[in-house]
Formats: sequence, structure tokens, C-alpha cells
Amino acid sequence: MYNSIVLVKQVPDTANISGQVMKEDGTVNRAKLPAIFNPEDKVALELALRVKDKFGGTVTAITMGPPRASDVLRECLYMGADMAYLITDRKFAGADTLATSYVLSEAIKKINHKYHFVFAGRQAIDGDTAQVGPQTAEKLGIPQITYAEEIIEIKDNKVRIKRKIEGGYEILESTLPVLITVIKETAIPRPFSAKRTMTYKGAKSLPELEKVAESSSLFYIDQLVNEYKSRSLLIPTLTADDLEVDVQRCGIKGSPTKVYNVESVTLSSGITMDVENTKVGMGKLIDELIKDHILG
Amino acid sequence: MSMNNFSNEVWVFVEQRNGKPAEVSFELLCKGRKLANRMNGKLKSVVIGNAVEQIAVETFSFGADESYLIEHPDLTHYRTLPYSRILIELVEKHQPRVVLFGATIIGRDLAPRVASHTRSGLTADCTDLQISDVNYLGKEHKNLLLQIRPAFGGNIIATIITPDAPVQMATVREGVMEMHASPSVNSIKITRIPYTPNETDNLVKLIEQHREESTVNLKTAPIIIAGGYGLGSKENFKLIYELARVIGGEVAGSRAAVDAGYVPPERQVGQTGVTVRPKLYFAIGISGAIQHLAGMQEAKKIVAINTDPDAPIFEVSHYRIVGDAMDVIPKFIEAYKSKLK
Repeated sequence: MYNSIVLVKQVPDTANISGQVMKEDGTVNRAKLPAIFNPEDKVALELALRVKDKFGGTVTAITMGPPRASDVLRECLYMGADMAYLITDRKFAGADTLATSYVLSEAIKKINHKYHFVFAGRQAIDGDTAQVGPQTAEKLGIPQITYAEEIIEIKDNKVRIKRKIEGGYEILESTLPVLITVIKETAIPRPFSAKRTMTYKGAKSLPELEKVAESSSLFYIDQLVNEYKSRSLLIPTLTADDLEVDVQRCGIKGSPTKVYNVESVTLSSGITMDVENTKVGMGKLIDELIKDHILG
Repeated sequence: MSMNNFSNEVWVFVEQRNGKPAEVSFELLCKGRKLANRMNGKLKSVVIGNAVEQIAVETFSFGADESYLIEHPDLTHYRTLPYSRILIELVEKHQPRVVLFGATIIGRDLAPRVASHTRSGLTADCTDLQISDVNYLGKEHKNLLLQIRPAFGGNIIATIITPDAPVQMATVREGVMEMHASPSVNSIKITRIPYTPNETDNLVKLIEQHREESTVNLKTAPIIIAGGYGLGSKENFKLIYELARVIGGEVAGSRAAVDAGYVPPERQVGQTGVTVRPKLYFAIGISGAIQHLAGMQEAKKIVAINTDPDAPIFEVSHYRIVGDAMDVIPKFIEAYKSKLK
């Protein structure tokens, strides 16, 4: 039996950006963007589920984010995660990778001491930094294997991993526990299970239930929480107080990197010449490039 | 002006694979030299490996004032735990003002681990670095590293600073910084740091490694034919290879084309790929996100082909052809062949 934690993130769909999404302070107005499950994190979940399928154990998904990130946790449940935790607090807002990895590592320690694997995507599509995985491993004091392509073997307290390197691959053997980051080629995430989707589509996190209670005089929050809990539909939610974290190390306060300046850039070549889309037009272009000693 | 006791040293982690230095490390030394000069500080290289003294010596040709050399048979190949422990101990002891890493697979594995332990700011994939005094939220900060990179969606360039951290770290992709061996070599000062393996260093063992030197060298190619997602399929992308063959260029792709599997990742041009400065750059079916432009805007001549007359790529191009690549490229090839008859 091996227990896995999977770090997941809800990200703005950077392939589909439109309108004004930047706030004046240079941070992203995520509320204005369609949000998706970070693709490589989904691959990480798939790998954790494969470990569970083969050896038994549990799979626990964790995300740090605003309440709407509950969406990706529900998707984790649809795919097969046993548990999904929302780590949310206004004090966590504006976190860079250092502050994020601090909170995630504290959450992992709180939720499950007895994990063998922490899986994560190599990087999130909204920042491409690839820093949160290694920084979380460092804070947990465990080894890391990044750019994993394949789990070759798991035996006793050791795992063999094939990882990508420039121009090839290498095979590493690590003692457990270990944090592994995966790339999109590592595995194809399984589709949502229809049965699990039916079961968990009504699952809700605490802030979501609070919203329901606020918008209706019929429900009291305690009552709602108890009801969802009894039906196993409560997505556990942990705040800064629950995690007993040092708030100086969280969110914007705990982030050494600051956005100093943001500018929209207009690049220009100076003069752009139109080339007619005909063979004659191409001929003129080629003549000019040859004359300038660029071609030929 | 707030006073601080921050150092004014710039360090570059010099990466080696099978005993060969990575070119990006020398590029960073050249940039690091300029940054150190701005602070009247020293530039130091950190070289880790086995029998790699020659690499340490070579860093002096790219501006290093001093080299920290850590050699041991256990350090022959990069492994996260011993390499990060060595760097963490060195950074904690000397508190350099700036530490630069190549944004390679090794750099992206190592830098965050070191930054995490030392609680340093770290910015990935910078496209420019500068040193400047900065007034941030009403407070003066001396010698801040301006970490400049395209951000979010690509419509903007963000300048990141780490005003309160004593150590400022950044990673940079290959080709972004220009490399020149310096004409005058400073006196060579190599400081050997002893390495004593400890138990945790060996929690991860290297079992085997296969590496082939890449045959692709976009950085030195005088002509580059780059295709984008607009090509629509891997099949259509073959026309890019055909054009490259006819006029004698290297094939490249945008990130979207790489993500779609049209072209392998080692041929990616842009912020998260390679930065190139060829004589001639064809951008075909590439819309022109800032991340792509960051990697090719210094080409001497840019020819863009796109169906969308308002594509941003036309803003930086010298020649603009509005049309479908599948129609334009064959015409171009035909015209080229008839010219050279």
C-alpha cells in the first residue's frame, strides 16, 4: 500500500485569453478568465491513481486557491481521488511560489504524515515557473524527481523513475517518500467516472456552503455542513488558523518577489513592406533579400 | 536611502553535463559581468563536478573574478540533493546579491530548491536583467535586480523585484544573453571548497543515463524557418521542412506548434525556448505572442506569412504576406528555384 498526495491547481486558460485581465497592481484578475484544471496536474493525479490501482493505498488531492478552485477538487473526485482538500484563506492571496510551497508543505504535514509520494505537475500554464514542486519538496525535507516520464518500479521503500533530460533520459532510484513532478507526455489522464461524477457533483467546500447559507434564509451553515458531512459530500477546507501557519510567510507578505512594473509593449520593425501573394510578388521579395545579402 | 549590508557579488551556477560546460552558463557570466560592474561588485562562478577544473578556468574568459570549485567523484553527474546542499551552504555563508542559473532541466530542478531553503526570491525565464536603485512603496532600495519577463498571456512585460530578500535569484533560457569571450582575462583565482558526502545526499541514486548531443543548433543558424499552430497539422508542417531544405535554413516552431506536436521541443523559439538572432527569420502561421517575439525580434529580416492581416507578428516583420501558408510557400519555392536557375 502506498499513499499519495497530489498537488493540483486551478489555472486561467491561458490559451483563451480575452479582454482586460490584468489588474492595476500587475496581478491577474482571475475572476475574468475561464478556469481549468492545470493539464500537468491532471497527469500527476493519473499517476497517483495508477499507483493506487496497482498497490492499494489512498490518493489525496490538495489545492490552494480561492473558493472557486473547488471545481478542480470535484474533478479529482470524479477521476478517483479518495479525498480532496481546499486550502483557502484571504491571507494566502497574492502568494508567489515560495509562499505557496510553504502553505502546501504545512497542509501536507497536517493532512497526512504517512504519505509515500507527493505528485505534482512540472509546471502550471499560467506562470510556467516549475518552482512549486521542488520548493515544496525542500520544505518537506524530502527528495524530488522532476520531469518524470515513467514509474519503472516501486518496491518496498524505493521507486525507480525514468526522467527526461536534455537529449535523452536518466533512470533514478529514490527512497520514499519522494516528490515527483510529471510532464504532459507521462500519461493520459483517465476520463471522469460516470458513477463518481453522479456521486460527487454535489460535493461542496465550506466557502461554497457559506455562500448557499448567505443567499438563503432557509439554511443555517452548521446545519448544511453537518448534512454534507453525513452524506460524505463535504470537501474539507483548511484555513491559516487550521494549519497554524506563520502568516508572515503566507500570501503577499510571505512572497519575496513583487511585481514592480507592468507595461504593455508595442514592438515594431519600423517599416513593414507588403508582399503581394503572387509568384511575381515572391520574386520581388527574393530579389530584395538577395540584394541585401540575406539570401542566395 | 536605507542602509543595508547586502553584498554586491553576482554568482553564476556553471552547469556541466558529462564534463562539458553548458553554453547558457557562459552567456550568464557575460551578463553577470555587466551586473557586477553596475554594483562595483565581483563576479563569481560556481563549478560543481568531478575533474572539472578546466571549466572553472574557462569561466575567467567570460569575466569571472573568482571561481568556487567543488570536485568529488560523487558529484560527476548532477543530482539534486548534493548539488543543492552545496549551493545552499555557499549562499548562506557568503550571501551573494544575485545568483543566476540557466533555465535548463538542471537549473529548473536546482534553483527552486536553493531559493526555498535560503528564502530568496526567484524569477523564472527572464528575458532581461538589470541592476537599478528602486523606490518601492516609498522605500529606497539599492542595487535591486530587475527581473524582466513577459507575463501572463503575453500582452505585457513584467518587471519583478525582490526588495527585501538579501539574495536575488533568476533563471534565463539559452540564447537570451549574448556571449563574448572577454579580450583580457582577469587573474585566475580558484577557491576549492571541500565536499563531504552525507547520508541524505544519497537518497536518490543515478542508475543510468542516456544523452545524445543535440544536432539542432538554432542559435548559430543564419536562416530560420519557423512554423506555428496556424499550419493546422503535422502533415502541413512538412512544407516548413521543405522550404528550409530549398533555401538552406533550420526549422523552428512556436510553443503552440511544439505543444501540438508539429515540431520537437528542441526547435522551440521564444521565451521558454531558444532566443535566436538569425539574418533571416520566416514566421509562418505564427500569430506573434510576446513570448515568441521575445525569442526572435532581433532577427535582421523577418518575413511573416499569416492569414490574419491584423496578426501581431506583422508589427515586427519587415515583409508581410497575407495568405495561407499552404498556398504561399509553394509559390515562394517556385519563385526561388526560378531565380537561381
